[in-house]
Amino acid sequence: MNVKIEELPRSILMWDFIPKGITGVFQRGSYRYYNKYVNKKGSLTGVSMVLAVYVLFNYILPFLQGTQT
Amino acid sequence: MNENLFASFATPTMMGLPIVILIIMFPSILFPSSNRLINNRLISIQQWLVQLTSKQMMTIHNNKGQTWTLMLMSLILFIGSTNLLGLLPHSFTPTTQLSMNLGMAIPLWAGTVFMGFRHKTKAALAHFLPQGTPIFLIPMLVIIETISLFIQPMALAVRLTANITAGHLLIHLIGGATLALMDISPSTALITFIILILLTILEFAVAMIQAYVFTLLVSLYLHDNT
Repeated sequence: MNVKIEELPRSILMWDFIPKGITGVFQRGSYRYYNKYVNKKGSLTGVSMVLAVYVLFNYILPFLQGTQT
Repeated sequence: MNENLFASFATPTMMGLPIVILIIMFPSILFPSSNRLINNRLISIQQWLVQLTSKQMMTIHNNKGQTWTLMLMSLILFIGSTNLLGLLPHSFTPTTQLSMNLGMAIPLWAGTVFMGFRHKTKAALAHFLPQGTPIFLIPMLVIIETISLFIQPMALAVRLTANITAGHLLIHLIGGATLALMDISPSTALITFIILILLTILEFAVAMIQAYVFTLLVSLYLHDNT
């Protein structure tokens, strides 16, 4: 980022959270992940990492639902 | 015990927000799109599977029926991938909810019926009376055929729901039995564990077969009506 550390809070306040910007963040992140792990000879590791995170997320889910365990 | 058994079928929420929509959209991540002629392994395998399935399923239709190819292919991909993802531990399967399966079955069935009534009205109405019935049986048979027509979407939805829910429940029950038996008698626990492995293999097959059956029946209703 082209910002100095002292000016970081001020620059964060100037961000505008438009939907196109938010979707851009997710799109760029997913393209980076895809090109690094899936778009290769061994695309199995990329897909299985996604599935492992999905399983872990579903395991943690009851602990995030308030007082239900 | 009762609460634990059916708790896995409750729609998931995270801090009060329903995230079930995110879980329904999750399988689409596993089917990347591509702009190239020669793709990576994942996309090539998926394209080969889609071509195999579409050739096998859509050759029986005429031109009008083949306009439904995109719909039926996305249907079988969605139901198949959702059912298979539901076999992962702790995951939520949207196709266990009758509301969702009715939401898929009724519009598709209604689409085929309306298409039949619009383009071939006489032939669509003629389906209500099979050929060669005795005259005194005609009123009753028309009623029976009407009922059997209106039961088709219900049967589609309930078949998918019941198969997937029953499979998940059986896995829960037999897994719980294996755990409980491990302290009491390890040899019986081994037998139940082998049963659990066979059941899981069956569930993998059922997941894919149910997707195929759903799509095949919709395509059959389409074939009758085009």
